Amino acid sequence: MKYSVNEQGYYGDFGGAYIPEMLYPNIEELRQRYISITESESFRTEFDALLKDYVGRPSPLYLAKRLSAKYGTNIYLKREDLNHTGSHKINNAIGQILLAERLGKKRIIAETGAGQHGVATATVCALKGIECVVYMGEVDMERQAPNVARMKMLGAKVVPATSGSKTLKDATNEAMRDWINNPVDTHYIIGSVVGPYPYPEMVARFQSIISLETKKQLLEQTGKELPDYAIACVGGGSNAMGMFYHFLDDEDVKLIAVEAAGRGVESGHSAATTALGREGVLHGSRTILMQTDDGQVVEPYSISAGLDYPGIGPQHAHLHKIQRAKYVSITDDEAMNAGLLLSQLEGIIPAIESAHAFAYLDKMKFNQDDIVVICLSGRGDKDLTTYINHFGF
Amino acid sequence: MNRLNALFNTDKKDLLSVYFTAGYPEINTTLDIAEALEKAGADFLEIGFPYSDPVADGPTIQQSSQQALDNGMTLNVLFEQLKDLRHRLSIPVLLMGYANPVVQYGVERFCQKAAEVGVDGVIIPDLPMYEYESLYKDVFEKNGLSNIFLVTPQTSEERIRKIDGLSNSFIYLLSSASITGKALQVTDQTDTYFARIKAMQLKNPTVVGFGIADHKAFSKACQYNRGAIVGSAFVKMLTSTPNYLSKINEFVKKIKFS
Repeated sequence: MKYSVNEQGYYGDFGGAYIPEMLYPNIEELRQRYISITESESFRTEFDALLKDYVGRPSPLYLAKRLSAKYGTNIYLKREDLNHTGSHKINNAIGQILLAERLGKKRIIAETGAGQHGVATATVCALKGIECVVYMGEVDMERQAPNVARMKMLGAKVVPATSGSKTLKDATNEAMRDWINNPVDTHYIIGSVVGPYPYPEMVARFQSIISLETKKQLLEQTGKELPDYAIACVGGGSNAMGMFYHFLDDEDVKLIAVEAAGRGVESGHSAATTALGREGVLHGSRTILMQTDDGQVVEPYSISAGLDYPGIGPQHAHLHKIQRAKYVSITDDEAMNAGLLLSQLEGIIPAIESAHAFAYLDKMKFNQDDIVVICLSGRGDKDLTTYINHFGF
Repeated sequence: MNRLNALFNTDKKDLLSVYFTAGYPEINTTLDIAEALEKAGADFLEIGFPYSDPVADGPTIQQSSQQALDNGMTLNVLFEQLKDLRHRLSIPVLLMGYANPVVQYGVERFCQKAAEVGVDGVIIPDLPMYEYESLYKDVFEKNGLSNIFLVTPQTSEERIRKIDGLSNSFIYLLSSASITGKALQVTDQTDTYFARIKAMQLKNPTVVGFGIADHKAFSKACQYNRGAIVGSAFVKMLTSTPNYLSKINEFVKKIKFS
């Protein structure tokens, strides 16, 4: 594939493994073994069975008629919100727990922003009876309290990250530190297409089920397997990478990645990485990140905890640089309104993360016969307090 | 030959290196602390340049980095401070920090500046060996800078041999696979690990870091290696002692001689 990773773990100028020596054996073990493990028959059989019977895949591809009528086109929603645990994150968590098991690991760590990845990880650890520790920014623990409770109920230990902005970036740092201190028996389930190689590629492969199913379902429903547009929100970018993966080489499919502008790109309270960032190194890979002239990471801001991250995955950085995908941004207010609109037009309350993708529909012009696919990456139950506070329900 | 090579070419044993964060506790005390350390008997120094997201550091050094950033420390400020380095110090000096600030500054420009002010080597824990070898080795060598690689108990023999081949002053042996600031647990395993590395008869000497906080740990490390590096314990002293400059002599003597 034209846009895939090279042997050294790079997508064009981005990727690699910028890690201290303490993590080298873990990363090298993964690099050497993840392909043979994930392509083995025993893995495929168990993975496919769990996705079908435990997660509930394939997730439906739903033609949203009232939303389509509003925008004068044909809008299909890839319903990752209907997965067990409520988001696309479970696809990757299932894949990585099966991998960890085959690597002989006895303990799992993870970082989480909105809590969806933490819940997915706690879930698969419960499923397999493996110890689970989830790092979560102290600020995110407050605004995503229901997910903290879910993780605890599933038997995971939730550890607050108290440094820096006390959000996703800091939770990621804490998880990496834990891994450095526990290099032999612990596997780190990274939740997005970020981190040192092979994580971005591995997570993208586990999430690529989203576009694989979409192609098949579109063909069944429309007679065409390619949409005109594929749209998804981007924090680190795992649901977007899953949505784009099997369309990357089909150059006619326009790929749109929606970042969080927060209170506005120029407001000083934003997470619009491609608009505000520059090339650099963050969490183990060369990518695009928000930073000062001196190379210090700038604290991001978004009303959605899952998009509140100062970087993007290295493959996204590459797709942005070569303009294969278009990177845009949506403010908090625009996203909240789009979330309300989807709720009232289609009876679906989306995660605020996903609402960013829907908000971008307002900025586009469609032909009547266009086929638009949006990744509805997660459901909004976890965000009810934020919706309540925003709209004063 | 830079000062590091010269030092390791002598037959001096039990070398002590001390790490501290530039611009901490105060922005303008970097060289005062360095000078006091040399006078007290430190054999070489590591001056850390701060980064906002230091994944290999424990709370003590992370907190010092954050404070240094709040104090206004940047690479530009640091190089300005280091203009007087060679008027005031004669021992080898290394810079230590993470890749992103260096990448933003420009690797070539960073190396030129470091050489210009009289720095002898650089430790960038998250710079991949592959990148160093393919992109930056020539730049480092052209500027007479040693690049220091880390080795942990988990590093394979093959990789240690490769590191030895790429090194030209010393190898930084981590006492255990951990972040900074965890006390060295001297166990049979530590002995086995140190002895295993010593038996490899590497061409570069090894110096132990991480977890060296007192004379006992220092002498254990020196039994098998050319020396040891004290980091968190020194930064802790700077944090907790108001008149820290006057206490540096006592701190160094205690580690070296007890």
